[in-house]
Amino acid sequence: MTVNATNIAEVEMASYDFSKYIRGRYIPHIWCPGCGNGIVLKSLIRAIASSGLDLEKVCLVSGIGCSSRTTGYMDFNTLHTTHGRALAFATGLKFARPELPVLVVSGDGDALAIGGNHFIHSCRRNIDLTLVLFNNHIYGMTGGQFSPTTPRKSFASTSPFGNIEPAFDICQLAIGAGATYVARGTTYHALALDKLILGGIHNKGFSIIEVVTQCPVYYGRKNNQKSPAAALMWQRDHAVAVDRFRKMTPEEQEGKFAIGVLHNQPRPEYNEEYQKLVDRVSGRAS
Amino acid sequence: MVAPQSAAAAAKGGSAPSPRGEWQFLQGNEACALAAVAAGCRFYAGYPISPSSEVAEYLSSLLPRCGGRFIQMEDEIAAMGAIIGGSLAGLKAMTATSGPGLSLKQENLGYACMAEVPCVIINVMRGGPSTGAPTSPAQGDIMQARWGTHGDHPTIALTPGSVDEIYRKTIRAFNLAERFRTPVQLLLDEINGHMREKVWVPAAEDIEIVNRTAPPPPSPGYLPYRLDNKLVPQLAPFGTGYRYHVTGLDHGEDGFPTNDPKERARLHKRLMDKISKFEEELEDYERVDVEDADTLLVAFGSTARSAMGALRTARSQGKRVGLFRPITLWPFPEKAFRQAASRAKRILVAEMNLGQLILEIERLTAPGQEVSGVQRSDGEPINPLQILERL
Ligand SMILES: Cc1ncc(C[n+]2csc(CCOP(=O)(O)OP(=O)(O)O)c2C)c(N)n1
Ligand code: SF4
Repeated sequence: MTVNATNIAEVEMASYDFSKYIRGRYIPHIWCPGCGNGIVLKSLIRAIASSGLDLEKVCLVSGIGCSSRTTGYMDFNTLHTTHGRALAFATGLKFARPELPVLVVSGDGDALAIGGNHFIHSCRRNIDLTLVLFNNHIYGMTGGQFSPTTPRKSFASTSPFGNIEPAFDICQLAIGAGATYVARGTTYHALALDKLILGGIHNKGFSIIEVVTQCPVYYGRKNNQKSPAAALMWQRDHAVAVDRFRKMTPEEQEGKFAIGVLHNQPRPEYNEEYQKLVDRVSGRAS
Repeated sequence: MVAPQSAAAAAKGGSAPSPRGEWQFLQGNEACALAAVAAGCRFYAGYPISPSSEVAEYLSSLLPRCGGRFIQMEDEIAAMGAIIGGSLAGLKAMTATSGPGLSLKQENLGYACMAEVPCVIINVMRGGPSTGAPTSPAQGDIMQARWGTHGDHPTIALTPGSVDEIYRKTIRAFNLAERFRTPVQLLLDEINGHMREKVWVPAAEDIEIVNRTAPPPPSPGYLPYRLDNKLVPQLAPFGTGYRYHVTGLDHGEDGFPTNDPKERARLHKRLMDKISKFEEELEDYERVDVEDADTLLVAFGSTARSAMGALRTARSQGKRVGLFRPITLWPFPEKAFRQAASRAKRILVAEMNLGQLILEIERLTAPGQEVSGVQRSDGEPINPLQILERL
């Protein structure tokens, strides 16, 4: 194939060697065909690989769920914790050894339902973690029950008549709680996602990248996204670059969502503040 | 009550005062915090709760000044998660809490058992269930300490009596956690946690400290959970060139989840064996006047002090009463108890709850031995008279 300006990205991607970062002995993975998790995993790898981080030092922490199984397949220091608690474990790891780059992988149920408390407090504390939140709008692993991001009226195995609860806007929640880098991407815009994750890695503070991804088996099937491709097309048709999104009227924004870096505002980082405290008090008797 | 200590007890963090050191006048929770630092603890994460909060308060002042890390988390679940993270990063880590907080920690405590992450959990017991009696003494967490988290798992729990002993057993708790790579619980109660007593604080050189064994140098074949005859794996600190996986799922020697029944059975068995096969090393207790005792008192923590008072009075009245005081509560020092109880016709178990330790004692008594309890759960301590009237 001849490489030109329009296909260079695809060509690069096709020839990308992921094997260095993957624990090949544990493949095949447990994910369903057409699941978005593999797309995010590859994007994570490309972001980490291009970040210049020392691969021996990179730590990856996850909770419980389909998405959280990502850690096992990636060849770093990986920690698969309990449901909802990835950020708590990650906080301990990062606080104990601030020189280690720590990324966290979590699902919408993991991070926002059972782990909601840790989510807002990690944002508030602004500890230097990068959270990649796989938002498939459903509890995938347990068989498709509705989650805090399942849209109103959607069908799930515990909302057979349509979900009556409103959904969280993850990014608004993160901004409100004090995260210093907040971005949203999709599995459709996979290469753009690399840059969003990379931005999170470079941010000194708590970063969150929401990834709108597909669970064709439990969400798509029940909600008019009959195939994985249809789910990706839905993303293409509803995601709007943030600059453009902000110029749209509320009516035009209805049903659409912004992608890109939504918020990036530095604040003092937790470990740096702790270090200042140590410098101030060390050597003091009491 | 600081009973004379045997050489064996000294080896277990006993009090045979080391040549160098000093007496200090300390609160129980304060002694615990100081001992943690002396034991090498450099990571604390917690959430405030009476009657344990002083442990956090003291450590928030001590740790930043000795190269340690102190963080107050958003709840006890987070605190338990954070100390596991801190420990995997290579630091000796602890948290402190009380009944309701221990309930919240249970899932992650099981994780630490399963993933074999050393850590120390201080539980200054208070009344329960639920919010119970926040600032009143109780000893109602005996079974929660043993079986609180789901599934079969090993438990190490220590129950010091005096403040001096809190100092020594806190150090022992860290040593055991690192030695066996498992969570160790230290059960205090509102009485000894808040009491002030003199404590022998040895010079640093005289404190025996156990550190984790270092893993073999990094190699592609590194197996974090390799089964060898020591039964305790050699996990490397994160970020030191090993790149392995840690999970709470059933896993193989490589740390990766497995569905293979043989591998799973092997893991579960090893987790239990690594504690049960070393019960002698873990065993720690005090026996007073048991040689001729026809009535044996069993009590631990601050209740054992009342039991000791009752014993002295009873002896002065010519009654043949002895005391068995478990210091390692789990695994329960079965052999030592059976020996102590061998002549006893009556066994009286005193505890600040409605009958928990007595279940374990009933299991261990011989036919013909009568077992009964002195129990109290009204927020008041069991006093010596209450025991004496039963002797
Ligand atoms: C304490 C606890 N409660 C419930 C569960 C069961 N559980 C496992 S994964 C999961 C939901 C996962 O959903 P999400 O975080 O959105 O991830 P996904 O599987 O969709 O990637 C639940 C409820 C559990 N493992 N632990
Ligand atoms: S259940 Fe859904 S989220 Fe889980 S692997 Fe299958 S498609 Fe992916």
